[in-house]
Amino acid sequence: MSETYNRGTVEDVGRWTEFSAGMWAWIFHKFTGWVLVGYLFTHIAVLSTATASDPTVYNQTLSGLESLLVVRILEVGLLAVAVFHILNGIRLLLVDLGIGLQAQDKSFYASLILTGAIAVASVPTFLAGAF
Amino acid sequence: MSMDTDTDTDEGSIDSAPEPEVSVHQTRRLEEKEARRADRAAAEQAAAESLADEETVELKVFRYDPEVEGKEEPRFDTFEVPFHVGMTVLDALIYARDHYDSSLTFRHSCQQAICGSDALFVNGTQRLGCKTQLVDLDEPIRVEPLPHQEVVKDLVVDMEHFYDQMEAVEPYFDPDDLPDGELEEQRQSRQNREKIKTSTRCIWCGACMSSCNIAAGDNQYLGPAAINKAYRFAMDEREGEDRKRERMEIVEREHGVWRCQTQFSCTEVCPKDIPLTEHIQELKREAVKNNLKFW
Repeated sequence: MSETYNRGTVEDVGRWTEFSAGMWAWIFHKFTGWVLVGYLFTHIAVLSTATASDPTVYNQTLSGLESLLVVRILEVGLLAVAVFHILNGIRLLLVDLGIGLQAQDKSFYASLILTGAIAVASVPTFLAGAF
Repeated sequence: MSMDTDTDTDEGSIDSAPEPEVSVHQTRRLEEKEARRADRAAAEQAAAESLADEETVELKVFRYDPEVEGKEEPRFDTFEVPFHVGMTVLDALIYARDHYDSSLTFRHSCQQAICGSDALFVNGTQRLGCKTQLVDLDEPIRVEPLPHQEVVKDLVVDMEHFYDQMEAVEPYFDPDDLPDGELEEQRQSRQNREKIKTSTRCIWCGACMSSCNIAAGDNQYLGPAAINKAYRFAMDEREGEDRKRERMEIVEREHGVWRCQTQFSCTEVCPKDIPLTEHIQELKREAVKNNLKFW
């Protein structure tokens, strides 16, 4: 209710410690969604400027970016964000179809663990030769 | 009581007019009175002792009264309440009100999770006061009014908006044809009863609506309870076709089922364990089926 009387701590966002699995899944899904939208635009901007002139510019841009440690680390983050968004998206699809609603918290934890595992497994690939 | 007064007057007569002859009955009555007094004193002492070294729980209760000067500012009052096995949050509140502060205000009635009056925000979750055991909670137990509803006083919130939303889905039967015969029953199949069973358990406590993140930001959203109520009638095979279509139209609106983002908050807090999200999702699918045309 928008015009609620302000009760201070009662409606504070600082209550995030009390959130349950479904709430976290929602927050993470929103967050990863926005990150992916942001990445999409950056991706388009970088590629469109790199491919505008002659082909050597593309190679220079890409190798220049890959030589930065921050970019390598961000790539792992991007993979984690994308994997979580995909897995939780499948979870939400099942929820929409009415399948396994009793196990919705478990499927959230499962997608979190799987995301973590995949992100960790990708570290050697993404960070090889970065140091 | 009448026995006491009897003996009292007898006692008085002894003092004023000393008589050497004391009747057998009078001595017996005096002895009895003495024994009762001793009993009472012992009981009182036992009660006092038990309260002194009794296990207690600390209750932090939200207090706010806009009508009394000095209480307009929300604050928390701490109450130390004796703990008994099987004690609920509501029992503790009743004890605090009866023994410490009679101005402590909260709604309660049946105390057995049927009337739905005492939905409270206990330790950060919407719970029914009479259904929540104190042993299950970490101390100090923080008791607050339901979030996202206007506080009237202390733990009492304004439920008017919630009731409006409940009534918005027209929660009553309107069958197309009534059975012949005045006293004929309208039968429902066992399978259909099973389908709507959990949805009929709603006690209108408002815990789900208060827990819903979407309802908090969108005042027009019907809310889990109202959608569940719509489900209860829409899925009942005895409901009339016209009324069902009308009800589905209400549910399909902008602030109806499609606002739900499956956070499962309502399902978690429902004291009657109604799978609210499941019902909302089923109505969503029903709405798609009604409106999706492939030609």
